[in-house]
This record gives sequence, C-alpha cells and structure tokens, in this order.
Amino acid sequence: MIINHPILGPRDSAEFTYMGDAALLDRPDWQAKDALLQFIDYGYLRDNPAGPHTELWYHEQGDRSFLVITRDTTTHEISSVKLASDVARGRGRSK
Amino acid sequence: MSQINRLGGGQIDRTKTLNFKFDGKSFQGHDGDTLASALLANNVRLMGRSFKYHRPRGVLTSGSEEPNAIIELRDGARQEPNTRATTAELFEGLTAKSQNKIGSLRFDFMAINDRFSNFLTAGFYYKTFMWPAAFWERVYEPIIRKAAGLGSISFENDPDEYDRGFLYCDLLIIGAGPSGLAAALTAGRAGAQVILADEDYTMGGRLNSERFSFVDQSGADWAVKTVAELASLPNVRVMARTTVLGAFDHGIYGALERVSDHIAVPEAGKPRQILWKIYSKRSLLCAGATERPIAFENNDRPGIMLAGAMRSYANRWAVTAAHNVAIFTNNDDGHKTATDLHAAGVSIAAVVDIRQNAPPSQDYEVIAGGQVVNSTGRLGLTSIDISLPDGSRRTLPCGALGMSGGWNPNIHITSHHRGHPVWNEEIAAFGPPDNGPVGLSVAGAALGNFTTAGALASGSSKANTILKNLGIKENKLALPLAEDAPANMTPFWYVEGCSRAWLDQQNDVTVKDVKLSHQENFVSVEHLKRYTTLGMATDQGKTSNMGGLAIMAELTGKTIPEVGTTIFRPPYTPTAIGAFAGRDRGTDFRPTRQSPSHKWATEQGAVFVEVGMWLRAQWFPKAGETHWRESVDREVVATRKSVGICDVTTLGKIDVQGADFCYIPQQNLL
Repeated sequence: MIINHPILGPRDSAEFTYMGDAALLDRPDWQAKDALLQFIDYGYLRDNPAGPHTELWYHEQGDRSFLVITRDTTTHEISSVKLASDVARGRGRSK
Repeated sequence: MSQINRLGGGQIDRTKTLNFKFDGKSFQGHDGDTLASALLANNVRLMGRSFKYHRPRGVLTSGSEEPNAIIELRDGARQEPNTRATTAELFEGLTAKSQNKIGSLRFDFMAINDRFSNFLTAGFYYKTFMWPAAFWERVYEPIIRKAAGLGSISFENDPDEYDRGFLYCDLLIIGAGPSGLAAALTAGRAGAQVILADEDYTMGGRLNSERFSFVDQSGADWAVKTVAELASLPNVRVMARTTVLGAFDHGIYGALERVSDHIAVPEAGKPRQILWKIYSKRSLLCAGATERPIAFENNDRPGIMLAGAMRSYANRWAVTAAHNVAIFTNNDDGHKTATDLHAAGVSIAAVVDIRQNAPPSQDYEVIAGGQVVNSTGRLGLTSIDISLPDGSRRTLPCGALGMSGGWNPNIHITSHHRGHPVWNEEIAAFGPPDNGPVGLSVAGAALGNFTTAGALASGSSKANTILKNLGIKENKLALPLAEDAPANMTPFWYVEGCSRAWLDQQNDVTVKDVKLSHQENFVSVEHLKRYTTLGMATDQGKTSNMGGLAIMAELTGKTIPEVGTTIFRPPYTPTAIGAFAGRDRGTDFRPTRQSPSHKWATEQGAVFVEVGMWLRAQWFPKAGETHWRESVDREVVATRKSVGICDVTTLGKIDVQGADFCYIPQQNLL
C-alpha cells in the first residue's frame, strides 16, 4: 500500500506500524462516574467494519508522526490521510 | 545423437552447439533452444510420468503453462525440482532428470496405478483411508506421502544469492507481444517512464511463433527492431526473463527477474534471481492468451500437444515433434499449424476439423466434421482413431497430433484483487473483470483481440488513453500492416463417450472425474476443484480449467458463465522461496544481539544459548569437565561461597523517565 503522508508525500506502508482503530484518540475522562466501564470499552472494544475504517498509522521508520487514515478494509482504498495531532486539535484538544 | 527432428529456419544459433544430458543420456542442441525444444529435436517425446497414474507424458505446450514436461533441473546443491522443460533455457553442460518414477522413465513400476484407475478416481483418498482411524498416522500417511509429490530436493544449502529491488514508473507493461510492444513504443516515444517486462528470454510473444503475422515483413524482425529502439530510449526499461507475479495494492506489482538461470553458474557477484517491487502509476496487461486442448480418449500420449505450441516449435525453434503430424481443431487457427508445418517440409497426415464447413486445403487432407476419438502408442503416439461424419471409423498413423480448442485470454493478474472474470461469448472464453486492480488496463489477446492487427491497435490505443490520464501528450503510432483474419471457432470441449479423456494432465483429472464429482453433488466450481484437484499444482490449470467448467455446465444444464470460474491468486508462475527471502537468510535472517559481557564470556569459553535475538552465556566449562552439570554445580558452589555475577541484559530494559528518575535505581526500587 502507499500512504500519502500530509508532510512527506507518498510513502510505502512498510515504513509504518499499524496502530488500530482511531477511536483510541478519544481517551475517556478518568474522573467520570463510570470511568471504569468507559475504560474497559476503550481498552477492549473495537469496531471491525467491512468498508471504510478510520485508523491510526505510526510512521515508525519515518518522521515518527501518527496519522489518522480512512481506509476501505475491503479494497484498501485510502480516502483520507491527516496528521493525528491536527485531528486532535480539531476536536479542541491542546495536543 | 543427431537432431533428426530439426527443421530449417528458426531463431536458434546453429553455429553454437550445446551439449546437455537428460536422464544421464547425452544430447546436443543449439543456442536459443529450450530444454523441451532440444529434446524434441533429438526425437525425445517422453519427458515425464504423470502425478497419479504414472502415465507416460510428453510436452503439451511451449511456455510457462506447461503441465507435463516437469523435470528436475541441474544437480548437486543447485538441483531444482518441478521445473518446466518448456521454459528452461539450454546452456552448455545442462543436466536434467525426469521425475515421479520408480525405475526408469520408460519402465516406471508405479505405472501399475494406471491399471487400477477405476478405483483411483476423484475422492479415492477421502473415501478409502477413512478406517480404521488408527491406521492413518502409522500406515496410510507414510504410503501416501511416498507416492505423492513429484520432484525431489537435494537437502543441501542453496549456494546462490537472491536479491530484492525497487522500481518506479508511469506505466508498467506486462508482456511484450504485439500489443505490449505497440503500447511500449507509443508510451516510450511520448516520453513516459515505462517498464516493459516479459517472462520469455526473447521478446515478441507470438510474433516469434508465427510466419505471417505481418503483411510486408517478418513479425520476429519487427520485434527485434522495436525492442532495440525501446532499449535505446532512456525513459524505457526493457526487462526480459522477468515474470510479473502479482498485483498488489495501489499500483504495486511483484516481478521476478531470472538473472542467471540461463547459465550454469551465476557470474561472480551476481544474484540468481531478483524480486522486484514495481511502483507504477498505471499498468497495462498484455499477457496474451493460452490455447485450450480438446479432451478425447487417451489424449495424453507423448506427441499430442497444442497446435499453437507445435507452430512455435516449428517457427521459433525449427523443431517438429515428428515427421508425420495430424491436427485436431475446432477453429481456423489449427489450420495455420498444418500450413506452417507443411511449408517446413513436415508431412501432414490430416487436419481433423469438427466443423462441417472446415476450410479446404490443396496441400493436405482436411476431414471436415470428423473427431479424433482415440489414440495408440504406449510411450509415444503412433496412430489416432477418427470418427467420420458418416459414423464410420478410420485409423491414421501419425507421430504427433496438434490440438486446438480455441484460446483463453491470460487475465490472471486482473483477478488478483478478487475480481471475477466475465464471460465473453464472442470468443467463448472468460475475459477480464470490471473490478480489476485500480490503474490496470488490459490490451491485446488478453482482452480477446486475437488477430495481430487487433493486438497492435489495442496496445497502442490503450497506451494513449493512459498517457492522456497521466497528462502526457498522446502519440499516434504508424502501425505495421498485420494479419486481421477473424479466427472462426465453434466451441467444442470433449468427445462424447470417452471414459479416460484427460482434462488436467498435471493432476490426472479426466472427464469421468468431473462427472463423478457432479454425481456426488460437488457442483460448485470451488468444490469441483478441491474434490478432483482440477487446476491445482504448478500450472494452476492454465490449460485445463475451461474444459472442466464446460463439462460441469453441461451436466448441470447451466451455461458456463452461470457455473462461473475460480479466480486466480499470485504468483502467476511458481517462484522459489529463496527469491522471497532475498538476502535475509542464514545469519542475515535476523540480527544477533550480544550483551556487554559477550567478548569476556567468549574468552572464558562460555557455552551460549539463543534467547530471542540474544546470545546468553549458559555456563563456563573448565578443563576436565565433561558434562554441563559439572560446570553448573561448580558455579553454584562458587556463588554460594563468594560472589556471582549474572549478565541479565537479555531479559529486557526498564525505561525510567520523569522527575527524580535517578532516585529509583539508587534506592534499588526496581
């Protein structure tokens, strides 16, 4: 596969490490009343869709950035690539 | 031994004579020969024994689709089993052995299986070795394992090197026949970065096999001229002996270049093969087509081959399998073989055409509306039985028979992303799927353009469409005038009333096996394949799948597209594991990690154990100690009495970060 890195351009997926569902970006509030249940879901429950899937890829052999990629799991078509830091900031986080 | 089956002409260098051995016997061939063409030149038709029944078999094809002429190439550590004689290039001192036999190739003791063929039908193993269950591991499995498989390996380390490489291009063209060359010329002259890859050692595809592909010049000469021009362009990379194995995601293709397989030993510093990863913006499949055999009783004897392959042997390698040849065809293409062989001085026994309206000939007999119903000759064809339109039979002596059942486009790579081939009624064959790999187009015979003119035009026009897509200026090519006669064909798969008509010669699957499969309700193509093993093994059914589908369609009362077809997976042809490993082998397979005390421990004569990638000292034997317990006991006692040091680097690391990080190790809190 080829991942079109927002800064570095097209790179071979072999340079990346797959880090799974991008839901990991949204860590639950540890002070919430049901924090335990939320963390169990956060730790163990993942969607496994046949179709577009938003996931994290870590450019381990490159600039060490985390990317949020939307990839169709049935065709490997990649429809969007963003820096994870930009995605997090877009959701109102500081980093 | 003289080459009694050598004809005039051809693309072999008669000034260079090469000596080789097959089953210990010495022969001679010429530069440009394959092992198969050289054996045929020496009148060797028997090249192997079949997988299950150990039937005598000869060469069926002239290319990588070969199911029968599977041999053990070279000896010593370089011995390679299950290699196709049809693709093995001849070199001085080549040695090859036939395989899958006990005794000699002519007198194989396992041929007894053929007498028990009534019992050894499809599903024999599943049905027979069920009981008693305890017998499986002790009795059945060792016997079956001994009987199964074809070639043997040397059990020595492979002395050759394999390498991996990466290439980038605008357009990857797979196959360098008329359509591939026309496409490469179009895109190359327009300035696009082009890679042209072909599995053969001489580029040109069928242009090398035909006498009259062009009106005013020789097709082979045009191929040579075109390849030379392409090679001179800095933006075109011409790769012969390179098989594109598979399509992967986002325009990435795997290709195997056989750098040194055509010589006895690789040159110093050169690898045997290179596995290329090709990154392409667009790709064009010009892989041509494969001819289909026709199933009839005993259609597997050495000397019975595809008519198109016969033409290749005659025109490219100047070889005929025999001096008296018959043709069995359902289309006009088969007649071309008869014409070419006749022109080369081979006597044509007859052309048997299933069609009543077969084109007549001045030079030889054409039996219109006839069918070949049986053959004789224990180790090689001696005669065929023909049923005539009036119902009578006739026996015709001949040393070789060419079968032509039409052509199947080579669309394997188009279904590597699970696209299902689409039936094309016009050519009665499966064409490429609509949802093939993104960026891949198909041209030429692979798209069903079976005439040379059609192939050239489609290659050039597809290349222009791709150039337009890439934003490169198009380039209208002046194409040479080529033959454009439509190949009329009446679909015909098998002769009625046969009991042992071979569909898949590599797996010994007959028409009867397919019928049995249907009878036992294995009617889906996937079940049919697994129950009968049709289309498995090294040739992956390149010549046999269609016949099986056609028969299943008839039995189930469906059409062939309704029955459907299996899809293809990479690799296109068998590939050595060494090529995938590349340089990652032996000590380079993974790094060896050494702890800080490694040098000291080595000096003390430590015995090391592998823990993951680490080498860890296990014990330190001293002079006089013969058993590890003695060393270990001494070390334990010494540690008890004084002090011992253990290097536990191999156990891992603890990463300490943050404020007061010094405090933790200092306080021994770890």
